[in-house]
Amino acid sequence: MKEPVISIRHVNFRYPEQTQYALKDISLDVAKGEWLAIVGHNGSGKSTLAKMLNGLHYPEEGQVTICGFSLKEEFVWEVRKRLGMVFQNPDNQFVGTTVQDDVAFGLENNGVPHEVMTARVKNSLQRVGMLDFLNQEPHHLSGGQKQRVAIAGVIALQPDIILLDEATSMLDPRGREEVLSTVRQLKEEQDLTVISITHDLEEASRADRIIVLNEGTVYREGTPEEIFQLNEELIGLGLDVPFPVKLSRVLRLEDFKIVSNHLTEEELVRELWTSNFKK
Amino acid sequence: MMEKMIFGRYLPLQSAVHQLDPRAKLLFIFGFVIVVFLANNALSYAVLAAFTFVLIYLSKINIRFLFAGLKPVIWLIAFTFLLHIFLTKEGDLLVEVGFLKVYEGGVRQGAFISLRFLLLIFVTSLLTLTTSPISITDGLESLLNPFKKLKLPVHELALMMSISLRFIPTLMDETDKIMKAQMARGADFSSGPIKDRIKAVVPLLIPLFVSAFKRAEELAVAMEARGYRGGEGRTKYRLLHWKWKDTVALSLLFVLAAVLWRLRS
Repeated sequence: MKEPVISIRHVNFRYPEQTQYALKDISLDVAKGEWLAIVGHNGSGKSTLAKMLNGLHYPEEGQVTICGFSLKEEFVWEVRKRLGMVFQNPDNQFVGTTVQDDVAFGLENNGVPHEVMTARVKNSLQRVGMLDFLNQEPHHLSGGQKQRVAIAGVIALQPDIILLDEATSMLDPRGREEVLSTVRQLKEEQDLTVISITHDLEEASRADRIIVLNEGTVYREGTPEEIFQLNEELIGLGLDVPFPVKLSRVLRLEDFKIVSNHLTEEELVRELWTSNFKK
Repeated sequence: MMEKMIFGRYLPLQSAVHQLDPRAKLLFIFGFVIVVFLANNALSYAVLAAFTFVLIYLSKINIRFLFAGLKPVIWLIAFTFLLHIFLTKEGDLLVEVGFLKVYEGGVRQGAFISLRFLLLIFVTSLLTLTTSPISITDGLESLLNPFKKLKLPVHELALMMSISLRFIPTLMDETDKIMKAQMARGADFSSGPIKDRIKAVVPLLIPLFVSAFKRAEELAVAMEARGYRGGEGRTKYRLLHWKWKDTVALSLLFVLAAVLWRLRS
């Protein structure tokens, strides 16, 4: 494993005035440049974990280190510069009255000089493909476009890590595709680390590594292939396996010769239509 | 829903008035409100009216939009006009119907006051029609900056204003949605006695409030995550540039004041 950009050691956390711990003895590392998906159903603690990584909660016990900064009140603004977050609701994170104002918001907060700011706003909007919408107002944009603007606002700050907290869950399939391919492209361009918190295993299947959270603990950790092998167990945790994985498994049970659990529809279709050639 | 609202509507055209610095326009209006009171006879009012119409001409705004902006206050103007007609007892008696007596001075006063109202409304609507809400906010923030020393939370006020502006359409959409949802459940917003109609608004307002508070909370978290920690050490994306045109516009106001001063009786 490459050097970790985030390391979490034995973290416990509970919300004020609650006896139940939302996070119980969590330890995990995130390597530089990887795409990590954290999955779990509602109440598994995944959103709490996301908020903790951004210093919106502090651990009760244990140690969180992000880009070399220990997560404490004195370093929280340093952490927030390095870890950008995209939230679930596209409307409720759009601060500016127009697209360019919104992208500039984070830069203004960090006291970036005006000349640098204009260049960075243009550049980040161009990279998410929203440059033509510079002066648009948010209510004229689709959900996917708003999320792309939110991503532009994050990358304008040149962070090391992007954290997607259910960022695609309120979008239609097209918007989701838009957002995910934008993130993927950005990640390849500049060695970003991406953490996506989601309950959509379809989205998680594109990650390098998946961590399954359940009741505030790390339940499983592995590559998407390994995680999807769990099948019934995942369903028991309230997660649904992507359709191609399900189908390839059922086909195998019916004695079709299918090599592996395919993660994407394309792979499965390819194997199915070529399966007779091999005989 | 938005399209019906004329008040505060911005028309993005290219004109000399549009290109002025919002600070110049705000100061101009502030000055104009005072200068208007200098006029007190027919000639000075004529000059004032002519000046206003030149402004409107320069802004390239269709006069229809200005009259549309008058609608909400037309009753107020009519009411003050009538008050003056019936209550001012100066000059010659013109008409007498029963106990009502209309004097020449009353008609004149009424006309002057209504004209004053009209011109003020025209000029202020000109501000909102030629300046985008965000520029007005920027202008206000910059003009109020000296009051920071008096502990006036200028940055916070400006931010509040721009966030409200940004969320007006969002909340409008939401109102529309909730209204439809309640109508689908049998709520009736548009008929029945006024008491019932007011009651019908409650199931509209409560969900709207709940969601607005939820939005506010999420927005606050998102702002904090993006490094917002108050006005200290913040830079600005939008910069205002004071140009010679702005100085010219403000000096015009002084010229107007001087002319009116000469003409007033």
